[in-house]
Amino acid sequence: MTRLHITKTPKCYVGGAFIRSESGRVTELHDASGAFFANIPQCTRKDLRNAVEAAAKAGPGWAKRSAFNRGQILYRLAEMMEARGVELADSITLSGVSKSEASREVAAAIERVVHYAGWTDKYEQVLGSVNPVASAHFNFTVTEPMGIVGILAPDDAPVLGLLSLILPAITSGNSVVALASITQPYPSILLGEMLATSDLPGGVVNLLTGVRSELIPTFATHEHLRAISGVANAEERKALRLGAAESVKRVCLLKAEEPIDWLADKLQGAEEIRALIEFKTTWHPIGA
Amino acid sequence: MPKTSSKSKPKTNPAREFVFGDLWEFDPAPETADPKVKKKYNLFIGGAFVAPHSGKYFATINPATEAKIADIALADASDVDAACKAAQKAFTTVWSKMPGKERGKYLYRIARLLQDHAREFAVAETMDGGKPIKESRDFDVPMAAAHFFYHAGWADKLEFLAPGRQLAPHGVVGQVIPWNFPLLMLAWKIAPALAAGNCVVLKPAETTSITALKFGEICQEAGLPNGVVNIVSGAGETGAAVINHPLTSKVAFTGSTEVGKIIMRSLAGTEKKMTMELGGKAANIIFDDAPLDQAVEGIVNGIFFNQGHVCCAGSRLLVQESIADEVLAKLKRRIATLRVGDPLDKNTDLGAINSAEQLAKITDLVKSGVEEGAEKHDNGCKLPAKGFFFRPTIFANVSMSHRIAREEIFGPVLSILTFRTLEEAVEKANNTAYGLSAGVWTDKGSRILKMSTLLKAGVVWANTYNKFDPTSPFGGYKESGFGREGGKQGLLDYLKAL
Repeated sequence: MTRLHITKTPKCYVGGAFIRSESGRVTELHDASGAFFANIPQCTRKDLRNAVEAAAKAGPGWAKRSAFNRGQILYRLAEMMEARGVELADSITLSGVSKSEASREVAAAIERVVHYAGWTDKYEQVLGSVNPVASAHFNFTVTEPMGIVGILAPDDAPVLGLLSLILPAITSGNSVVALASITQPYPSILLGEMLATSDLPGGVVNLLTGVRSELIPTFATHEHLRAISGVANAEERKALRLGAAESVKRVCLLKAEEPIDWLADKLQGAEEIRALIEFKTTWHPIGA
Repeated sequence: MPKTSSKSKPKTNPAREFVFGDLWEFDPAPETADPKVKKKYNLFIGGAFVAPHSGKYFATINPATEAKIADIALADASDVDAACKAAQKAFTTVWSKMPGKERGKYLYRIARLLQDHAREFAVAETMDGGKPIKESRDFDVPMAAAHFFYHAGWADKLEFLAPGRQLAPHGVVGQVIPWNFPLLMLAWKIAPALAAGNCVVLKPAETTSITALKFGEICQEAGLPNGVVNIVSGAGETGAAVINHPLTSKVAFTGSTEVGKIIMRSLAGTEKKMTMELGGKAANIIFDDAPLDQAVEGIVNGIFFNQGHVCCAGSRLLVQESIADEVLAKLKRRIATLRVGDPLDKNTDLGAINSAEQLAKITDLVKSGVEEGAEKHDNGCKLPAKGFFFRPTIFANVSMSHRIAREEIFGPVLSILTFRTLEEAVEKANNTAYGLSAGVWTDKGSRILKMSTLLKAGVVWANTYNKFDPTSPFGGYKESGFGREGGKQGLLDYLKAL
């Protein structure tokens, strides 16, 4: 008799715990051949608000971690992903993507994590400054995280696209609430499991799966989300920017209707970090 | 000073001081330089002054006398269209092809010409806007020139701004500026835009167009290629036309949070880049170990500089409870010596409120302060019979829920609140939708750095207030806007990474 294998119930990673949607709703996920694969949680606005709360709790502690410590934790995430790279690549092939293409995406995603692990204690020196003012003041500009960043992942590149958006945010100490790819949600479930074992404090990264159109209005108007970063179509961009205006939220969006080469090096680096930080300038008199 | 000493200090008579009141009148000391203001100003489009398409003009008045100074052209949508097209043409045919080194030389020329015409600009600024001549002469105009001088040098060094990235200008930038620092805000906007290789269409505030249009003359004198800078005067509709014009690919706005939100909404369906420099309700925090006389000067400068028409004004004074009475007494004495009156008089500390409308807004908020139970003090000075003036005013016993503690007054009105612990000060300081600036007064260096870390504000002044410099990035957190002006951070907001 062959052993009946244990199927996994996909759960979202929120506040360091694995949750189902409070609504109890799920979406059936099928593999490339059309066979039933699993039920994916269909998160609601309430789930989103709960995730923002979790991010708010975790954010200040994460921002206070030393840059060195944040770097080590991100590097640890790369280690966790490397160990489960095959499984992650397999999850990408669910959508019909070839094995080699999926492996390439996972490899690039891990490289990107290492890239940002190295940035944690360097971007401040690249982006901040000591300013040579004309008066007798020591004047310097440092960066600070914005707070909680809402992230809207693209449909394609379910691992690399999602991580390319999350990493620059958390590198500087932001916490994030991300909505994973709608068409390929399962890789984000695995990513949640890797985040959970990476020493990243629970609540710093919160990953939701669900219906975009249901959640975008809340992403747009939730005042505790201080920035929105992601990929969106024209209609969504307008809705997000309209909502953002109410609390002068920062919005940086890529166009969903244009192809994005997620493998490109220009999608990572100090400018991506810069988009999700605030600059603070301090004036201090020089004198006795 | 140890904390206990202030409590155990025996009651002594207050220090003796000379208070002459109105015993002797100051002789008038008016600045008499010729501002060289024309009777009528046209729009500066494509390097020439042109009449507005509609033929309409509006009067600009001197807020200190209510007398008309000049007629200003009212730009409508077709004038703005012409300005944007002139800017686009200048961008594609001249400005984007010019090496940065050459662009920089034009900016250096502008800086030098502003210095040459400094006194003339200062008098024009004071006449049109109402600010004291000592401020326009010693701050606004020299700082405007400094901004051009600083940014001039960046024009051929842009590759050092974002290492590893290729940068490009946006093209045509639409800019809308406020009336509180007319020429200086123009410089903050135009200097970095041009250094980065953009061309601009700028709309000055309705009540203060003169120095912006005089700046058009400076552009001509500098031989700046036609269309690189365009100035379109008018009110809100003109500004909306600039912001919504399809050719302006970046919009930079300084003004109220309310209008900033309207602009964000109106651009929601576009891909335009934005920089928003919006309102503020800054906390100026005085700890019990602060050098009090110095702090009092800083408080006065923080709220009464430019009649309080400053987005980063230190309008909420947070005083540690143990020294609150002493600070209030010192402040009352200090404001008694402030001179309110003719802005052109070199001895004037507070000039005219910029407009009747703004005066009404200040009056309304002060009324609400009294009605909500705060304790009002002003210096009781005589005000000129004509013009828009307001006495320097202090409210004691203000609570966080009062309108005067929450809303931006944009006038010479200070609200005093108290705190006991550092944590309470931070909590109160950050309990606002704004986050532009803050002040901290203490003798303890580590406390300054702790406060600076905890305060949610883009600029923190320690043992000083209202200091600005072209090299120093300025801009807000939260609903005070986004983007920076000044320094390499501000300049980068005028470039896009390819």
